[in-house]
Amino acid sequence: MGKISSPEELERYQNEILSKRDPHQPCVTVCGGTGCHASGCHQVIDAFKRVLQDQSKGNGINIRVTGCHGFCERGPLVVIYPQKILYQRVKPEDARTIFEETILNGKVIESLLYDHPTTGKRIVHEEEVPFYQKQMRIIFGNNGSIDPTRIEDYLAVGGYRALAKALSSMHPDQIIQEVKKANLRGRGGGGFPAGVKWETCRNAPGDIRYVICNADEGDPGAYMDRSLLEGNPHSVLEGMIIGAYAIGAHEGYVYVRNEYPLAVVNIGIAIQQARELGLLGKNILGSKFDFDVQISRGGGAFVCGESTALMASLEGNVGEPRAKHIHTVVSGLWDRPSNLNNVETWANVPVIIERGADWYTQIGTEGSKGTKIFSLVGKVNNTGLVEVPMGITLREIVYDIGGGIPGGKKFKAVQTGGPSGGCIPESLIDLPVDFDRLTEVGSMMGSGGMIVMDESTCMVDVAKYFTNFLKDESCGKCTSCREGTKRMHEILTEITEGRGKPEHIDLLEELGWVTAEASLCALGGTAPNPVLSTIRYFREEYQEHIINKRCPAKVCRTLLQYRILSDVCTMCGRCAKVCPVKAITGKKKTKKEAGEPFQIDTEKCIKCGMCFETCKFEAVEVH
Amino acid sequence: MIPFVIDGQSVEGKEGGSILEVALDAGIDIPHLCYHESVKPYGACRLCLVEVVRGGRSRMTTSCTYSVMEGIEVFTHTEKVLRARRMIIELILAMCPGDKLIQDMAKEMGVNQVRFKQEDKDCILCGLCGRICEEVVGANAIQFAFRGDRREMIPPFQGEAMSCIACGACVVACPVDVIRMKEQGDERTIIRWKRTLKMKQCKICGNYFAPWFQLEKFREHAKLPKDFFDVCYTCRT
Amino acid sequence: MTHSQIDAIIDRYEGKESSILAILQDIQAKEKYLPKETLEHVGERLRIPINKIYRIATFYRAFSLTPRGQHEIVVCLGTACHVRGGQRIIDQFTMELGIRSGETTSDRKFTLETVNCLGVCAAGPVVAIDGQYFGKMSSIKVEDTLKKFRPDKSDKKERLNGKD
Repeated sequence: MGKISSPEELERYQNEILSKRDPHQPCVTVCGGTGCHASGCHQVIDAFKRVLQDQSKGNGINIRVTGCHGFCERGPLVVIYPQKILYQRVKPEDARTIFEETILNGKVIESLLYDHPTTGKRIVHEEEVPFYQKQMRIIFGNNGSIDPTRIEDYLAVGGYRALAKALSSMHPDQIIQEVKKANLRGRGGGGFPAGVKWETCRNAPGDIRYVICNADEGDPGAYMDRSLLEGNPHSVLEGMIIGAYAIGAHEGYVYVRNEYPLAVVNIGIAIQQARELGLLGKNILGSKFDFDVQISRGGGAFVCGESTALMASLEGNVGEPRAKHIHTVVSGLWDRPSNLNNVETWANVPVIIERGADWYTQIGTEGSKGTKIFSLVGKVNNTGLVEVPMGITLREIVYDIGGGIPGGKKFKAVQTGGPSGGCIPESLIDLPVDFDRLTEVGSMMGSGGMIVMDESTCMVDVAKYFTNFLKDESCGKCTSCREGTKRMHEILTEITEGRGKPEHIDLLEELGWVTAEASLCALGGTAPNPVLSTIRYFREEYQEHIINKRCPAKVCRTLLQYRILSDVCTMCGRCAKVCPVKAITGKKKTKKEAGEPFQIDTEKCIKCGMCFETCKFEAVEVH
Repeated sequence: MIPFVIDGQSVEGKEGGSILEVALDAGIDIPHLCYHESVKPYGACRLCLVEVVRGGRSRMTTSCTYSVMEGIEVFTHTEKVLRARRMIIELILAMCPGDKLIQDMAKEMGVNQVRFKQEDKDCILCGLCGRICEEVVGANAIQFAFRGDRREMIPPFQGEAMSCIACGACVVACPVDVIRMKEQGDERTIIRWKRTLKMKQCKICGNYFAPWFQLEKFREHAKLPKDFFDVCYTCRT
Repeated sequence: MTHSQIDAIIDRYEGKESSILAILQDIQAKEKYLPKETLEHVGERLRIPINKIYRIATFYRAFSLTPRGQHEIVVCLGTACHVRGGQRIIDQFTMELGIRSGETTSDRKFTLETVNCLGVCAAGPVVAIDGQYFGKMSSIKVEDTLKKFRPDKSDKKERLNGKD
């Protein structure tokens, strides 16, 4: 297939692809996302390939390796088409059984089905699994049907139709109006209306302008952009081409974090294949619009997620932000008008153009339209990527979709917005999730990381963790950010190590204030949020650390004491064996000797917790 | 000329100039450390903060990086600005307790105590030395390295600054005077950059007047004859 | 690395100054670090002063100016992994190998690094060794995991004098 030279030709090609695909043809879809990769999906894929090769009946059955399905907790995931049977935690040895029972004989394998954690009921179809039921996967849903290295798969699900529509029947201004009407707000964290940004960029003086995709997803715990780029790169590309057409840009950049090698590869393949079909390059679909894209890799700096720092990095400099008195949409990359948007924002564009702003605005709340993809991680049963309509409550996300807290532990807080965000306590769990509501309570939407914490998470430790991250990632230019994050971390370390003083909380608040107010960019500007929000909602926990030198969650090691309960100790001696500093003494019980209960020498103990983890009889107590 | 207001006083500035420049010219005192008229504004120290009201909205920003605009109202000594400046000078003092200039500035701003653990650094990371070396001298001998709390101004690979021509511009520019130069016999050393260069002797008066390395760089750059610098500047006139 | 090898990388990016990051990444991928002489040559070819190259090389965590070990151990310290006890994992590796994060063992076999998020949160705490992911790590599993990469090592552990 050479270059497609018109929207009609694109439609013909799409129909041709569809006609060659039999929807009743059995297909084994295996999730090849990084989460499943870590669970061993490649062995599962190889096992299926071997099984199909061996069998003569294996002809005509496809294996499709797709991007992330989102249900990472239960990987490796396999979905059998056409019935859409979901098998979870699939092992390589299951491949043969699945082939023989399900594909050849149409039987469902009970043991591989998702089992409801409370009712125990086995669920057959993907859409009936509680994890997926409350989700609305308009952006992420296609991941399960697409092999990201084959553009035909994207075309088969209707890909590039929005681009055809935009180029053939919409004027750039119309496109911008549609995006404005849809009220698409930036999904990278800022929540700025994309349509307004595009309009300002289009109207800025100059002949050359750029569109940029910010794929420098640096928030620890957030991996939505990664999964979108790895699993459905064309959706992002299509959005960028439409945006470039609307703004009048002919060059684009995708800036990808260097810690995401698979994303770099897959977007590279997508760009190559799009070029081959004439969807990128000169005279796209015969519209006379030229546009092409380059990939640029980040160097391992969180601050490069900030737009001016990202552009500095693209120019070949260190990622030091600059003042935004003049916005980047007017003067950005090489001082030219540059429109930067996040991966998920770009992926929303084709959906809006194809289905219209009227349809799109039916989803979500007054101020936040559409859906948001969150990475639901931490102390939650169903860890994974979830796409929900704006306005859904935290309770629904954590309990209905997330399946609640593992081990029956008590929910304590949800951290949103990464290092720029804050912790939301139990009292606010019915909060509808939307940009403005989250900011009101001292947190923010951020890029979509949602970290669930339970009673065994220490909030002071969480604040310390974030300030440590921020002080390392700060570019270091502004005194207020560099010294502010450093000193906040220092004070939090004092508190978690038992040297907290009553005046520390006030000092943290003051430091937080100056870091936010006096710093140049949003890294410094939002740096105090984790500290201030935990002080706001968990002040008593801080007081416990400072006044009583106690860590109620049993996390801050200096404040812990490990003890062996002599009446529970079975004198097996395992703890003494693993103790790295030989602080445990006692006599092992053998056939000949009675043994003596083991004891920990608290002077030598370094509180590493190995004895606690090793003891099978719960004889080690921590307090 | 662009008219605007600082602390109720009418002032005017050239297009592209900064609020800080105009303020200093008008005799209005705004503390600053990383600003120098010979290099581009940087905005690192954050001391020159002011509140700028534009279109009905007020924001606190550094006056060295804010270009003058018609109709803006600038306030240099509000509660908010003073509170921020005090905290910043306290943070710098905690970093460099031995620097006299910082001690004096702190005292002047009413900061009498440092509530943080004192470090023993001397460089305030204003970047003036590196910026002047790059923008004015063109030797590019030193630059910031690392980031966050590990940021420091050092020669490449932390050794001797091999591109340094020992002109002494950084010595003069450093606001806290921590870059020292010494001359001994026929050698000049910029101590902080571990750079010792042999000096050239004037054929006429016999004084050591400039480093060989520096003169060779100038000669190459300006394509001058080999014996051009055999006679020192004084003797030539 | 020979000058012609370096030139080949530079030419791939048409010798553009703004490609300095990509050039350094390719060199890092090949050599496992950025040798001083290589950086000097890159600076000459691209007409970038060496102090700027040094600045870039030390600003971005992707680069290392000292040779990395044969095996790279990356412990994820993303928030999800942290909340699931990631700090203890890193401390355990420190105890096993005698090096801290960012350091390389004296026999150049292992380099220990932390990363702010590998994007594999469901399997946390996660450790990646030479690109291979090990999920649901715990302090106890550290020794066994290391055995895969140092099968000849005895049970004797290197300790940091009992201090973490």
